[in-house]
Parts: sequence; structure tokens; C-alpha cells
Amino acid sequence: MNRSIGSRIAGVLAPIIVALAATIGLLLLADAPPLEALKLIGEGAFSGSTRFSDTLMAWAPVAIAGAGLVVTFAAGLWNIGVEGQIVAGAIAASLAARTVGGDTPIVLTVTIAAGVVGGALWGGAAGVLKVRGRVNEIFGGIGLGFVAQAFATYLIIGPWKRAGVASTSGTEPFRPETWLPTAFETRLAPIAIVLAVAALIGVGLVMRGTRFGLRLRAVGSNPASARLLGVPADATTMRAFLVGGGLAGLAGAVIVTGVQHKLVPAIAGGRGFLAVLVVLLAGNLVRWVGPIALFFAAISVGSSQLQLRLDLDSSLGAVIQGLLVLAAVLFGGWFARRQTLVRRI
Amino acid sequence: MEATLVSIIAAAAPLIYAAVGEAITERAGIVNLSLDGSILLSAMAGFAVAFTTGSVGLGFLVAAVVSSLVALIVAWSGIGLRLNQVAVGFVLTLLGAALSAYLGEAFAHQPGPSVPSTPIPFLSDIPIFGRALFGQNLSVYGSLILVVVAAWFLARSRIGLQLRAVGERPEAAHARGIDVNRHRYVAAVVGGALVGVAGAAFSLDQKLGWSDGHTAGYGWIALAIVIFGGWQPIRVAIGCYLFGALQVVALRLQDDLPGLAQILPSLPFPLMIFALVVVNSAGLRRLLSRSPRVSRWLLPEPPAGLGRNFVPE
Amino acid sequence: MTLTVSEVTKKFGSLVANDEISLELPAGTLHSILGENGAGKSTLMKILSGIVSPDSGSVMLDGFPIPLGSPQQALAAGIGMLHQEPLVCLPFTAAENFRLGSRRSVAASSAELVETGSRFGFKLDPAAITRSLSIGERQQLEIVRLLAAGIKVLILDEPTSGITVNQRRELFAALHRLAGEGLTVLFVSHKLEEVNELCTSVTVLRRGRVVGTSALPRREEDLVEMMFEQGSLIPGRAPPSEDGPIVAELSAVSAGDERTGIAGADLVVKAGEVIGLAGLEGSGQGSLLRALAGTAAIHRGRVTIGGRDVTHRPAQRAAEAGISFLPGGRLEEGLLPGLTITEHIELAGNTARFVDWEAARRRAAEAIAAFRIKGSPDSAADQLSGGNQQRLLLALLPAKLKLLLMEHPTRGLDLDSAAYVWGRLLERRKDGTSIIFSSADIDELLTYSDRILVLFEGRIIARLAARDTDAEEVGTLIGGRVSA
Repeated sequence: MNRSIGSRIAGVLAPIIVALAATIGLLLLADAPPLEALKLIGEGAFSGSTRFSDTLMAWAPVAIAGAGLVVTFAAGLWNIGVEGQIVAGAIAASLAARTVGGDTPIVLTVTIAAGVVGGALWGGAAGVLKVRGRVNEIFGGIGLGFVAQAFATYLIIGPWKRAGVASTSGTEPFRPETWLPTAFETRLAPIAIVLAVAALIGVGLVMRGTRFGLRLRAVGSNPASARLLGVPADATTMRAFLVGGGLAGLAGAVIVTGVQHKLVPAIAGGRGFLAVLVVLLAGNLVRWVGPIALFFAAISVGSSQLQLRLDLDSSLGAVIQGLLVLAAVLFGGWFARRQTLVRRI
Repeated sequence: MEATLVSIIAAAAPLIYAAVGEAITERAGIVNLSLDGSILLSAMAGFAVAFTTGSVGLGFLVAAVVSSLVALIVAWSGIGLRLNQVAVGFVLTLLGAALSAYLGEAFAHQPGPSVPSTPIPFLSDIPIFGRALFGQNLSVYGSLILVVVAAWFLARSRIGLQLRAVGERPEAAHARGIDVNRHRYVAAVVGGALVGVAGAAFSLDQKLGWSDGHTAGYGWIALAIVIFGGWQPIRVAIGCYLFGALQVVALRLQDDLPGLAQILPSLPFPLMIFALVVVNSAGLRRLLSRSPRVSRWLLPEPPAGLGRNFVPE
Repeated sequence: MTLTVSEVTKKFGSLVANDEISLELPAGTLHSILGENGAGKSTLMKILSGIVSPDSGSVMLDGFPIPLGSPQQALAAGIGMLHQEPLVCLPFTAAENFRLGSRRSVAASSAELVETGSRFGFKLDPAAITRSLSIGERQQLEIVRLLAAGIKVLILDEPTSGITVNQRRELFAALHRLAGEGLTVLFVSHKLEEVNELCTSVTVLRRGRVVGTSALPRREEDLVEMMFEQGSLIPGRAPPSEDGPIVAELSAVSAGDERTGIAGADLVVKAGEVIGLAGLEGSGQGSLLRALAGTAAIHRGRVTIGGRDVTHRPAQRAAEAGISFLPGGRLEEGLLPGLTITEHIELAGNTARFVDWEAARRRAAEAIAAFRIKGSPDSAADQLSGGNQQRLLLALLPAKLKLLLMEHPTRGLDLDSAAYVWGRLLERRKDGTSIIFSSADIDELLTYSDRILVLFEGRIIARLAARDTDAEEVGTLIGGRVSA
């Protein structure tokens, strides 16, 4: 498969152009000036240290969850339950933040570790359903997501409600000791960035150089053959869920300690699903997860400016992300299809 | 009792459209995973059109067209491009949700038109089930008729037989001169149109109006019910009524358990998924494998060609 | 109706499957197409039935050209094909399969199925679920469907490989009758006795070309000479091994699913022994192999390997005990599509926590050379040809093995590859490795086994010493007839 440079460039440019054209169409539909809107998104994401730090803080959880998804996708698992695993991680982190006393280093370590454990538990549950119960991970994951979400809402309006009022706007903010320290007088928490980079590099190393990474891909390719080649397929599947869930839980903990500082009902806020889009666009290659997640985080943060400045719904960002991935996937298939046709002739 | 029955039959109507539509699509071998986003998009579009034009019927029509277009993309990605239908379906789930939020913003939280109630004289006076079956509106009647028609269509009609063959063993259908991929396109578009009707049946009848995420979660439930119902319209309908009953119960409990009032409406969603989990569990399968007859009824196999793209040699 | 095939050519990449093939068959002919695996028989039949379109050439019925490349039009023109694996939908009723693709009503289908079936002595229950029918019954169902569609030419692709002796007799009787009524029958097979028994003429294919035609019956030696390039390539029988220590033992084992499982199987495997498993497809050979390999659920009985009870140990334990299994579906069950040769070699041959890719590539290159695999260390397994996939599977076997289990080790391989594969396998006997394999090829079983077990409907019905039996006896037993 020798793809020429020209078709490679076309494969990258075509989806961007199509998504851009569709976005401009949607903006015109809403009587909004397209160029100004796109400029606002860019400015909203990158102009000024405040906004850039917001973008980076939006990037970190998506990149962390995306790194985890690379592991599960490699094993052939559609871990759509990642959204619920983020919620589970956030709940566990909140529990630790509410109960553990002491100074910042101790509390933060425990809180973040709790988040990892919570997410891994939820991922592990999807794994048990898959391995023991033969339940497709898509449905297991969605079902567990419903449970995590309902539980979070219950905690917020029930046991963890704010003094006096039961409100779905979230719990009381946790003690400042549980907050990730910020830098440069912005909301940027360097620890979150370090954790995200570590997750990406760690998963990259695992996939490239370890037997576990190779086994993941073997199970993803064909579990029956993998078993014959001595790969413990079920155990590998379970580990993939535990790692993927654990990283999603870490993302949840980063959201709680670095962004929200409390538990809110929409604590995951679609970041897990966004991470799925990122990983799909990255072709499950971990080196692309970081940059694409940054691009998508910029679109998310930038589009919130549209609401303030142009009175456009901020969901335009999600529309652009979805269009980009859809166009990329379809064009990818189209180019591959054309290649095989050309080769056949 | 009577009132409960009326609410269950009505509450399940939109789900029936979606789940039966998806069952038809999957029977032909195509997985349209986009349901959750597709229903949101068609619910928004149906409401927006009915709100703007005042015509509920036009709202339903546009909703059907919108979701059949979404289904067409899924089918084309699989048939034309040989892509993974699940991947494309998932992307469309998210894109549909985002588009519905963006395009529907102007129509959010507005009072709009709805399907008028049209009780059938005399029949609706039959005790116990008269009102439930005959005291509803056209949208609910349609769901009842759909179940019967779809069950007949798949089991007995010539085209239904061909659709099942195309999803079960495309090679066999191909060898008999049946155009596999054309049947699959048709099944996807028809199933998609029903999914769109489901969206309109929410926003113009059972869950009046529009707001961001208005019907979120129902698409996943419909997908789960298709498996629960073994790809058979009547069993799928039973699954939908079960879910409708859970919803009605949850609603009733709200008064008794005020502390849980906020989350009760969302509890049927995990419950339904876990009903599916139990049905699919290896333990139950092993238990039932001793009695092939029972197990064939309770644990149906999916269409053998489901999600597998067919390429003639 | 005269069927005329003119200069049909079909290429798959660089492989010429059919090379200017021409045939002429008058109505009522019982004609056989004979050839080794890969000679181009299947491709030709698929072209005639419209499933594959040829690159060039034409097909005519009574001088009228038939549009090629569409099963619908081939059927409309009167050409029908019975596939080796009958193309029916298993969850459907017999009547539904009969009706599928026609314009009949539900009621008319059932009536016509019974009526047409009884004309040829086929008893078919329209309400039966097809999954519960035997392969032979599914064939009958398909033949009846094709006849009801009004075909003039019936193509049968290896129809006797999965059916009982009785069903074969019924089939041949029906075919004789149909030919008498003017139907042209094209019978594809590589079983010489059957061809001689049924057909009146034969065309022999080799490497995609017609290499001869003849009237039948004819001496089998002559036919073999036409099929193979230098007579028979089958090497002499390997010497039977000495009685060694016991490697593995099955006691009253029941395993696998209802349809293809085994029941009450007893077996003692001695070191260095080669055991061949004969039987109709799905008679329990696969489940027996998988019970030993540890990939089938064992319901009853005991599996002992090297004296240790491993009844409930999963596959990787079996691997540690020195057992390897080469399944029949190479890509489906044995290899990892998308992963390279290097990655396969590394997975199979190493357990270190970290991977040294340099070393792995070197070992892959060595394996490629040693096993004459056409490919590079970076070739993906699914890009290799069938023969090379089998060689890769051999390369993945551990150096020290107590027991090697194989399903159809040479199915789909050309003769050269098959001989090579067996050469490599028999080398291992020197180290005391025992081999158990299943095959549909009686010659292969007779040539390479010390002992042959015949399975029928999940039971071992005969245990034969290979040197004391012959193809006829094995063939009879396979059909389920135990000689007194």
C-alpha cells in the first residue's frame, strides 16, 4: 500500500474542507458572520494566558481519557462506557476530597488515587460483564454510565447536598487543600498537564515496547488465535478495561481537583465521548491523541465565546468536532476504497 | 389500573417506532448505532417544523426524512465504503446530538402543537383495555399497528423473507438472485424513517416540546430492547411496554420518595440495560441450554450477517 | 439444451484460475469436472452460475449466450448450482428456504416443496427448521428448489463430502433420473470412484487449463495421471512408531456442542504416534482435537496429559504442557489478521515483559527462511496465501512438543506445499512428538497415520491400523456402516 503524498494530503485536507464548509453553512443558517465566528473560536481558545490555560485544562482530561481508550481500542473493545468511568472516578475523588484530612500533598495524592480506583472499578465492571456475562461492552458501558450518572445526581441532591438546599447545581466546593495548585495567576494547574503528558507517554511506551501492548493487539485482532498463541485473552481484556477505566477515572479526578473543585451532575460533560472521537480521528495511534485532543479542546473552549459574543449556541463546537470526525472517517473509507478499485483495474 | 395501562401504552409508543425500525434494519444485517443522536435530531426537526408551520403531520414527515438520511449515511459507509458501521454510527450519535442542540436552540422551551387525541367511539368504552387501546391518538395507534404489520411483514411477506435472508446469509440471497445491498439500503432507510417518527412521537406527543438533550438515552434503550426482543417485533414491543411500565412506576414513586424524585425518572434506563445483561448472561444461557426449545425462545441468536459487509465476488 | 463454454478466462491477481476453458455438453449428459485442489474447478462453476464474472469468454445454452456475472440471470437462463456448503439460511424453515427468491406464496411453497421432493424420493418436512436438517437433507432441499425453478443445467460442487452413504445413493439415483429427463448435470469432484460410478464423461483440469476429456468409466490410474503432473506424488507410508510412553489420555470424554461434539470418547496416545481422524465433516473430529487442546468445554470424562489431569485447565495450560493446536480456519482461529510475521513470532516464542523488536525481526527472518514462507518480517498474516499461512503456523509451533493437534493440515494447499508440510511434521516424531490430525482426504490419512480412528455422529466407531486397512474400508466406515 504505497499511498502517494498527494493522496495523503488530500486525505487530511478533504475532511477539513468539508467540515469547514458545513460549519460555515450552519453559521449562515443562524445568520451569523462565519469568518468572525471562526475567528472568535480561535481567539476564545488561544488569545491571552487565561484562555490558553482554560484550553489546556480542557485538554488534560480528554487526553488522559483518550490515552486510556487507545488501550481498550487496541484490544478491540468499544469502551463507550468511558464517560461513565470518568463520572465514577469523579465520584470516588469527591469522596476522598470530602473525607481525607491533612495537607495538600497528602490529600491530593489520595484524591487522585481514589479517582483512578473508581474509574478502574467501573471499567472492571464492564470487563466482568463482557468476559463473564458475554455482554457487549457498548451496552454494558452505557448501562454502567447511566448508573454512575444517577448515583452522582443522587449524591448531589441527597447525602452531599449543600447546607439547606438540595440543588442540582452541585455540592459545596471542596476544601482548597484538594485543589490542584495553579500557576501564572491563571487556572492552569501544571500537575494536570504533567499527568496528561505522562499518561500519553506511558501508553505510548506500553503499546510500542511491552508484551502487554502486543497482547492487547493480538486480542483485538482475534481472541481465539491469541489464546492459541498463549495469550491469556480474558485476562488481557480485563486488564485493558482496568487500565482504560483507571485513566478515565484519573481524568475524572483531574476535573474535580483541577477544574470544578466540587461534584456537579454533568461532571464528565461529554469529555469521554469527545475522547472517543479524538481516538477515532487519531486512528488509535497514541502520538496523535495529544495534538488532536488539543485541537478539539480549543474548539470546545473557543466555541463558548460564541454564546457570549454572537449569541450562538456553544454546541456549535461539538457540531464542528462531530463533522470533522465523520468527514475524516468517510473520506478515509472512500480513499481506501478507491485505492483498492484502482489496484484491481 | 386502567389509567396505568393507558399511560404505559402511550409512553411506549415512541420507543416502539424506534426499536421496531431498528429491528427491521438489523434483520437485514445493518447496525444503525446512531439511534440516540438520530432520535434527538428528528425530535428537534419534527418539533421545529410543526412549530413553524403549525402542521403536526409535516413535522412527522420531516422527522422521518431526517433520520432516514442519517441511516442512509450508516448504510452507505458500510456498503459503499466498507467501513465499520459501529464506528460511523457512534460518530453520528454524537453529531446528531450536537446538531440538535445547535439548530434547536431557537425552539427550546417553547409551547408547540401536539398530536390531537382521537378516541375511537364505542371501542374506547370497553372496560379495562378500551381506553388503553382505543382512547389514544394517531401516534399511539400507529405504534400498535406497526407492531402487527412489522411482525407479519418480517415473518410472512416475500420481501420480509428476503430482508431476513440478506441479514442472515447474504451469500445465499445473492445466489438466489436477490440484490443484497439494495435490500440493505431499503431496510436501513425504512428503519431510519421509523426512528425519525419516534423522534416526532416524542416531541409532538409523549414528551412535548424541545430542549437540549430532550430524548437523550432513549436511543440506547431502543437498541438494547432490539436485542432483548430477539429482533422480533412483538417481543420488541413487549420490551418497550416493560420499559414504559418501569417509567410509569418511577413517576408514581416520585410522590412517595421525594428525596429520590430527581433521579427516579432516570432509573428505568439502567434497569432496562441490566435486564438485557441478565438475559445475555452466560449463567442463564448455561441454565437454559438444557432445554433447547425454551432457550431458542428466550435467547434468540442475532442475524448471522449482522454488521458484516457483503462483497459479491 | 446444449451447454457450450467457450474460452473462459479468469484471473485473480497474478493467479490464472481459469485459462481459456472450453466445454460442450449435450442435454442429458452426466459430466464430471475433475481436478486437484486449486485446479480451477470451483472458479469455473462459480462463473457458470453467475457468482463470479469471467475476464473473457462466453457461455451459451442452445446457442443463446447467457449473461455472465449475475446469479439471477444464470438462474433465469436455466443454470442452477448446488454449493458444497448448501446456501440456505439456517434459522429459516425448509419451506422458507424453498420460497426465498421466488414469487410463490407461503402455502404454495410448502405444497410444492413436498410434491417436487417426493418425485425424486426426497422426504422433506416444510416446517422443519433448516438448522436441524443434516447436510444431505439441506442438499436435497436445494436441489428441489433449483428443479422447481425450472433449471436445465445442474451444477454440483463436491456434493458428497458431508453426506451419508444412503444419502449419496439417493442423490445419485435422483441425478440419473434427472439426466434421463434431459437435465444436464455437471458434477465437480476429486473422488475418482464417485466420478466413475455416476458420470458418463469427464473433463480434467490442471492449473486452470483443460488437460483432457474422456468417456467414463475409466481406470483410476489413467485419471490420476491426467490430474497430476507426474503420476501420483503420494510418498510411501511412514514407518509405524515403536510403543512409547503415554502422552495423553481421554477417558469417556464428552465435549463440544450438541451437533458436532463427541460423546464417551476413549483414547490413549503414545509418544511418537500419528493418529488420523476420519469422518464426515462435523462428526466430532474438531471437538476431539479441541478437547485435547483445551479450547472446547468438557462436559463429562477426564483428560490426562503427561499423567496430569487437565480436564478443566484452559488453553494456555495446555500450551505449557507441550500441546499445540493448528485449527482448520487459519485466519479465523490460528492467526492474527493485521499483525505482522514478526509480531506473531514474538508472541509465540517469547514471554519477556518487554519486547526487543530487533531480535524479534531477526528471528522472524530466520523463520521465514527455515519454513520457506513467501513474505517479509513486516508482512501482515492476512496478506499471505493459504500455503504460506500454514507455513507460518508451523513456524509458530514451539520447538519442544509432546502433542501436536491439527485440523485439515493440508486443506487448500497445493501438492508441493502439502508434501513440505508433512515433511516438517514427520521430522518431529524423532523427538517423540505425537500427532493427531483430521482430514477429509482418505489418502492423506492412510499415508501418514499409524492408526486411524473413524468418527460417526460424535462417537469413535472404528480404530484401524493404517497398514491393515484400505481406502474402501475407511470410506465405508465414514458413512456410518460398521462392518460386522
